[in-house]
Amino acid sequence: MSSQAQGAYYVPHGTHWPILGSFGLFFTVGGAALWMNEFEPGKYLMVLGVACLLSMLFGWFRTVIGESLGGLYTKQVDTSFRMGMMWFIFSEVMFFGAFFGALFYTRMFSVPWLGGEGDGALTNFFLWKDFAAAWPTNGPAQVGGVFQTMPAWGVPLLNTLILLSSGVTITIAHHALRAGNRKHLLIWLGATVVLGALFLNFQAHEYIEAYTKLNLTLDTGIYGSTFFMLTGFHGMHVTLGAIMLSVIWFRCLKGHFTKDHHFAFEAVAWYWHFVDVVWLGLFIFVYVL
Amino acid sequence: MTTHAVAHHDDHHDDKPHGFLHRWVFSTNHKDIGTLYLVFSFIMVCVGAAFSGVIRTELMKPGLQFVQPYFFNEMTTMHGLVMIFGAIMPSFVGLANWMIPMMIGAPDMALPRMNNWSFWILPFAFFLLLSTLFIPGGAPAGGWTMYPPLSIQGGDSVALMVFAIHLMGISSIMGSINIIATILNMRAPGMDLLKMPVFVWSWLITAFLLIAVMPVLAGAVTMLLTDRYFGTSFFNAAGGGDPVMYQHIFWFFGHPEVYIMILPGFGIISEIIPTFSRKPLFGYQAMVYALASIAFLSFIVWGHHMFTVGMPLGGELYFMYATMLIAIPTGVKVFNWVSTMWGGSLTFETPMLWAISFVVLFTIGGFSGVMLALVPADFQYQDTYFVVAHFHYVLVTGALFAIIAAIYYWWPKWTGRMYNETWAKFHFWWTMVFVNVLFFPQHFLGLAGMPRRIPDYNVAFADWNFVSTIGAYGMYLTPFMFFFILWHSKRHGAPAAARAWEGAHGLEWTVPSPAPFHTFATPPVIRDEDLAHGDISH
Amino acid sequence: MRSKLGLGLVLTAVAGAAHALAEPWQLNMAPGVTQTSREVYALHMYGFYVCVAIGVIVFGAMIVAMFKFRKSKGAVAATWSHNTVAETIWTVVPILILVSLAWPATSVMVKMAYTEKSDMTVKITGYQWKWGYDYINVGDKPYHVRFISRLDTRSDKTRELRSGLDPWAVKDKDYGGTERNTYLLDVDHPLVLPTDTKIRFVVTGDDVIHAWWVPQLGWKQDAIPGIINDDWTEIHDPGIYRGQCAELCGQDHGFMPIVVKAVPKAEFTKWLDEQEALATKANAPAAPAAAPAAPQAP
Ligand code: HEA
Ligand code: HEA
Ligand code: CUA
Ligand SMILES: [Cu+2]
Repeated sequence: MSSQAQGAYYVPHGTHWPILGSFGLFFTVGGAALWMNEFEPGKYLMVLGVACLLSMLFGWFRTVIGESLGGLYTKQVDTSFRMGMMWFIFSEVMFFGAFFGALFYTRMFSVPWLGGEGDGALTNFFLWKDFAAAWPTNGPAQVGGVFQTMPAWGVPLLNTLILLSSGVTITIAHHALRAGNRKHLLIWLGATVVLGALFLNFQAHEYIEAYTKLNLTLDTGIYGSTFFMLTGFHGMHVTLGAIMLSVIWFRCLKGHFTKDHHFAFEAVAWYWHFVDVVWLGLFIFVYVL
Repeated sequence: MTTHAVAHHDDHHDDKPHGFLHRWVFSTNHKDIGTLYLVFSFIMVCVGAAFSGVIRTELMKPGLQFVQPYFFNEMTTMHGLVMIFGAIMPSFVGLANWMIPMMIGAPDMALPRMNNWSFWILPFAFFLLLSTLFIPGGAPAGGWTMYPPLSIQGGDSVALMVFAIHLMGISSIMGSINIIATILNMRAPGMDLLKMPVFVWSWLITAFLLIAVMPVLAGAVTMLLTDRYFGTSFFNAAGGGDPVMYQHIFWFFGHPEVYIMILPGFGIISEIIPTFSRKPLFGYQAMVYALASIAFLSFIVWGHHMFTVGMPLGGELYFMYATMLIAIPTGVKVFNWVSTMWGGSLTFETPMLWAISFVVLFTIGGFSGVMLALVPADFQYQDTYFVVAHFHYVLVTGALFAIIAAIYYWWPKWTGRMYNETWAKFHFWWTMVFVNVLFFPQHFLGLAGMPRRIPDYNVAFADWNFVSTIGAYGMYLTPFMFFFILWHSKRHGAPAAARAWEGAHGLEWTVPSPAPFHTFATPPVIRDEDLAHGDISH
Repeated sequence: MRSKLGLGLVLTAVAGAAHALAEPWQLNMAPGVTQTSREVYALHMYGFYVCVAIGVIVFGAMIVAMFKFRKSKGAVAATWSHNTVAETIWTVVPILILVSLAWPATSVMVKMAYTEKSDMTVKITGYQWKWGYDYINVGDKPYHVRFISRLDTRSDKTRELRSGLDPWAVKDKDYGGTERNTYLLDVDHPLVLPTDTKIRFVVTGDDVIHAWWVPQLGWKQDAIPGIINDDWTEIHDPGIYRGQCAELCGQDHGFMPIVVKAVPKAEFTKWLDEQEALATKANAPAAPAAAPAAPQAP
């Protein structure tokens, strides 16, 4: 595994982007905190923070792209980036793991126990006498009131197909890039972005329906909590992925990337596949089962 | 700046950037960033110690003399959070930054810009966390474990606490990604994985643990946030959730976390003891495998923090057995350290003193850990000062001692100057005495039945609490001693040789002291005899 | 493991009679007043001696090394860094030791988990910051006795910030009649329990998590809102046993003590029936779980 360094490893001398990013994060969460604690103006601070973050991303990536085009990045540097991205995705997996864990734990343990199964007999007898375990549920106290769930075989199935095909299109795009066929690259990558947007649009409708028609909200007991937190965080990741894809699309348009030197493209592709896989888990465990 | 970098990154390597901003805030240099981490954690240790000062002072005598109970809980909570996330973790990352590239012959960390960001998030995170002390409703007071429903009864501080932890998480994750990429991708040709210093190994494994569990903590506190502000029911039985579920998620992070705080310490001790024993580390490979198996086990024992929540019998038995297993690989390490000393040619410079005391006192902490693992006994120990004694032995005389040992060990390499051995030894013996006066009586208090996280107690606990507080007051002098010794050395210390310690091996000792601003800009030629573990055949 | 328990009980004897309260300068756990608590104590002591033994060996070896292999004494470093035999020994022996610890621990756990065949049931509810006790049933007879147990007023006044009152002055007669300091360990209404009776407790919390702990009984149990945990105890010696809430539950976590007054069976039944009479006369709101007969734990 020990790397043969060909030429010196490029070490940048100084950067002012990270500190901007730190201020960005600081304003964002600080503003959010103020806002949540009923201090309206907090949201402006939040906007400022997001702006800082965006400009950091822009500036940081511009610098990196410049260096990349400037040919400063050896194979070894490239490997560092790849490892960085892989481990970042791994950390994302663990983040979703926490919420899937919550879903499994409640479905397999807490709800049955509240319903009096196994170890829960006493809990049910003394505290929740007339509660029978079931899924979906909003708990013995019916938190959030009567609700309906999202049928799996409608929009969710459609969204599954959309995401899966977007996984295919991006792979085709990758092959096109490898083959040096820029035209197909742009078409298929564009298609991927469109599919992503489509997915988000459907999910937005789904949420609206849940809130307006089904009385399925974030406050709908444990079902609503897990449903919206899981699909919500996934949706955010799709959004992020779609944005990154569009950036890559414009870079392709500007003629960036070569047949064998296009890490940014691959990184985004990996990320997109990750988002894809997470959705499969969601579809199965949140909607179908 | 691109062009600047292109133009200049080859010539004039050694002139450090001028001006505070360019030198420190914009830094991409692993040594400067390492220094930033260490300075930051030093400040945090003092802040955390100050909080413990409030705790110990209130607990000196029965009756409430100084603070209201709620404020006491704020102090306990902040003390725990600051010490763990602000003191121990950043100082280990600082040491990683300084040493890993030098130990594996790399020009810098793999991703220098991200390295800067990893650090510069921290001050903001702790500004957020500490700011809660000054807002109406006060700081979080639910303990560093933040168990709901209590933790979400807290006022406006909840959001700030949660976001602060998110930022710390981002920082740790980026730092760890950087460390892994550096170790796997930046080793000089010939530095095989099994020739790496144990410190590097320990960090490779620790970084993996961090990437695996920090996101889980982020998830757990996010659920706290939504339960508190957005009406979700994750931890509310009435809504089908379960308060105990938080504890499972938290401790799935929390237990690996405690090993995150000790594994780099193991690495440090495994560097120092061979140096001053002038004898190769006993069972190098066994040490590496032990590290790996401890890391693995740490993922499957979290339930031992929850023996009293009423898990099914099967679960309790499983977690007891799994937890006890950890004594085996840890034992291997302890025995290997002892065997390294055995048959060596020992001298007792300051780093060695700290290392030896680490082995003894950490082991004592480990022993109480194994006692805690015995479920029926834990029913009595849990949430008493016996636990407090346990984790201070592993954290203070374990993690913190390792950090101090490392600073004394590598200081000459960093600054090119030796420190005053006599004063350093005084610092050691002073700490040695008072840390035990401080924490050993807490075993007795716990066994006698004193619960933790209480501001006042029955008079039967008065005597040992008084003793413990005296110990604490003794400890509060140590940061000043330490600071003075290091400051004096920087000013007036005798120049240090490249190989500052006679028995020292490893690449870091092949570069001059102080280490030039950029080391190994081109990979060094590895000569096995330079390495501590160059020849793993024995 | 019998022998081990034997050893433990001997140690119990050595440790002297069980005290209802911690002693000044107390060093060790109290053996307690139930079979369980004594077995727990025995296990604790066994674990402790194991650790001492290993400590003596490990630290002893280090001390020897430190004197024998000093450079100043002209010691020259050996070059070996392996010894398969030794390494096998210190992997296998600890495993055996751990098994010998896990074995008694397991058997005690199994016994503690067996809450069935109890003679009576008491429901314990943790509130911020007081305890609620419901007597559910004795045998098949349901009861509706329910009361709240708070920190006694003297302690409560004394514990005020800078109250100027002396914690040492808060004294009370113990069961035996001896004066003892009960600062923060006394309540207005103690939980009265019969001796030599298998009592099952069902423990829950009302607001946040608390933990019900009386060291003399040998266990503690978290009181979790929305969840019921159950435990059992059988007290041998009549007496007053004091404990505290053992899970951080907010500002007055340190000020919600637990007092158990264990009295002979007959005395207890008399007391309980009086209370029941009062309770029904005042037709107090029936206790939430006034079930015909509490179910046996599954
Ligand atoms: C650096 C941090 C660190 C480390 C290394 C450890 C190490 C261990 N810890 Fe500890 N622990 C904490 C930090 C740490 N702990 C903290 C912070 C808490 C409290 C959290 C909170 O509630 O706030 C805690 C709490 C805690 C509990 C819960 C107590 C309770 O709340 O009821 C338990 C229970 O099993 C436990 C067990 C152990 C065990 C078995 C080990 C083992 O890894 C120890 C292994 C080492 C040895 C055993 C010594 C060397 C071995 C030999 C010489 C071989 C021979 C020995 C034998 C055969 C016994 N710890
Ligand atoms: C590593 C972490 C760490 C450290 C160092 C300490 C250090 C100390 N701790 Fe703490 N403590 C915790 C982690 C730590 N603690 C945790 C996690 C809890 C649980 C919180 C909770 O219940 O929620 C706790 C709880 C806790 C309690 C129980 C509070 C309660 O239950 O109400 C008490 C009471 O005495 C206490 C006291 C002290 C004291 C007197 C010190 C003294 O040792 C302080 C003196 C130490 C120093 C002055 C530092 C000296 C260091 C140097 C000089 C080198 C520094 C250099 C660099 C780092 C570069 N701590
Ligand atoms: Cu109730 Cu602590
Ligand atoms: Cu643990």
